[in-house]
Amino acid sequence: MTLLSIEGLGISFGGLKAVSDVSFGVKPGEVVSVIGPNGAGKTTLFNMISGVYLPGSGKVMLNGEDVTAMPPHLLARRGMCRTFQNLQVFQSMTVLENTIAGYHLQESGSVLADILNLPAARRRAKQAEAGARELLRRVGLERAAEREAGSLSYGSLKRLEIARAMALNPRVLLLDEPAAGCNAVETEEIDRLIAEIAASGVAILLVEHDMKLVMRISNHIVVLDHGEKIAEGDPASVSRNPAVIAAYLGAENAAG
Amino acid sequence: MRMTAKSATLLALVILIALAPVFFPSGFYYRVGALVFVNALAVIGIVILTGWAGQVSLGHAGFAGIGAYACALAPVHWGIHPALAVLLGAAISAVLAWLVGRPILRLKGYYLGVASLGMGILIAMVLNNERWLTRGPDGIEVPELGLRAVLKDAGLDLSNGQFWYFFCGIVLILGAWLALNLRDSATGRALRALHGSEVAARTVGMDVARLKLHAFVISAVYASISGSLLALQNKFITPDVAGFMHSVEMVTMAVLGGVGSVAGAIFGAAVLTLLPQLLTIFAEYEQLVLGLVMVLVMIFLREGVVPSILRKIRGSGE
Repeated sequence: MTLLSIEGLGISFGGLKAVSDVSFGVKPGEVVSVIGPNGAGKTTLFNMISGVYLPGSGKVMLNGEDVTAMPPHLLARRGMCRTFQNLQVFQSMTVLENTIAGYHLQESGSVLADILNLPAARRRAKQAEAGARELLRRVGLERAAEREAGSLSYGSLKRLEIARAMALNPRVLLLDEPAAGCNAVETEEIDRLIAEIAASGVAILLVEHDMKLVMRISNHIVVLDHGEKIAEGDPASVSRNPAVIAAYLGAENAAG
Repeated sequence: MRMTAKSATLLALVILIALAPVFFPSGFYYRVGALVFVNALAVIGIVILTGWAGQVSLGHAGFAGIGAYACALAPVHWGIHPALAVLLGAAISAVLAWLVGRPILRLKGYYLGVASLGMGILIAMVLNNERWLTRGPDGIEVPELGLRAVLKDAGLDLSNGQFWYFFCGIVLILGAWLALNLRDSATGRALRALHGSEVAARTVGMDVARLKLHAFVISAVYASISGSLLALQNKFITPDVAGFMHSVEMVTMAVLGGVGSVAGAIFGAAVLTLLPQLLTIFAEYEQLVLGLVMVLVMIFLREGVVPSILRKIRGSGE
């Protein structure tokens, strides 16, 4: 059963086709990676799926429901969450507070109860905090819980973003270059984390430049070049595909 | 750990308000103290809106004007008790903030600042020009709250200055308590989160537009009650309460003390209310000294006085 399906998605910026007619699907527990050279339209595709950009054509279906161009906070309610290539962390909040923020949908209730610090509000906050501490333990950040997020290393912030996204208990998780700028050890950590999340039944869509990581953890790979899908399949077949090799090496005629 | 920070702030505030009168050289200082508390209340609203949610308003004095004139007009025209008029003013301010906030909170940064400025100026203009109702720029008298007489009958005989000092002090403690509750609640966390990154706040399911509106309405209620208390203790009010300078004063106090901190709000309000009193001898240089203080704080203690000092203390403690 396909949980997330992308059907003929396309967008143009001032006449320039950034992405055109891209289709594929992601099943629960599956890791699908979108790869392609710089400027191939990977992040644009991501922004359309996650409701940041309004697609010019095509549809995004989540569990059978048309969620095309739905604002991100409504997608979150339907179980879709994402991380960002250029980190989007709540810098001046603590690591723990950042993670608790991921519990917003479960935690938030009436504003009046919050202001009056009613038992209901306290109970919700306590539950969210317990969940957040458990998630921080899973991503290896439990010792940094009380630190200000802005003081963390780059690799730790990447894991913090994943923890915050996991707090939503998503059915579909979009990861935009989770290992970018991380060293080998940090990449391995993230690799393990993604495999773990997928094993729990979450559908994962990944944009990543680290080919070793992509080949290791993907079940399925979609290759974009100049905004178009040029190949898809399992890692082994994609890495042998002449069109893909041509796109990466820039040998214009290698495919033909 | 944060629980103790909250209790510590409240405890310090209670002790300060209770003990300060011991050092008052004259009864006049009760009045200055009450003024500090009234200003601090409005500035706590600015901390919620600007410090946490990151939205700038240059028109909040407009809500103080609504609170003040509700106390002047409602008892006379509708026979409402002045205490209920405070609540009526707060309700009107909340509804207006909700109506105005929906369109203008879509704007970002200085656009929002200018739009809110326009709102504040409009309210001040209405108060100035609708003479049949407000009696215009000369101001209008405000009925007696009546609580002091009740206390006197109950055997607690306070001077006018003492009564307003302790009454405003208690309201301020209440206001600080509510704001500190909010800070560490789901809503407060969401406000601070959208300040950090609106995109990320949306992806974790936060309804950013609604949250901003909540912050705007809550801060308007703080400003409104502050205006009401000012009107009731002075027993007289002019449209200046809704004026642009009053809005700027609120923001300046918040920034001086530390715009993200409730303790900072109270500190900023105290400094900028007391300083002019202390500087009366150099009346001509008052603006100069105030300007200099602001410039120095912005250069050397950019987060505001209280957060900067707390950070230094924590830093050296580790």
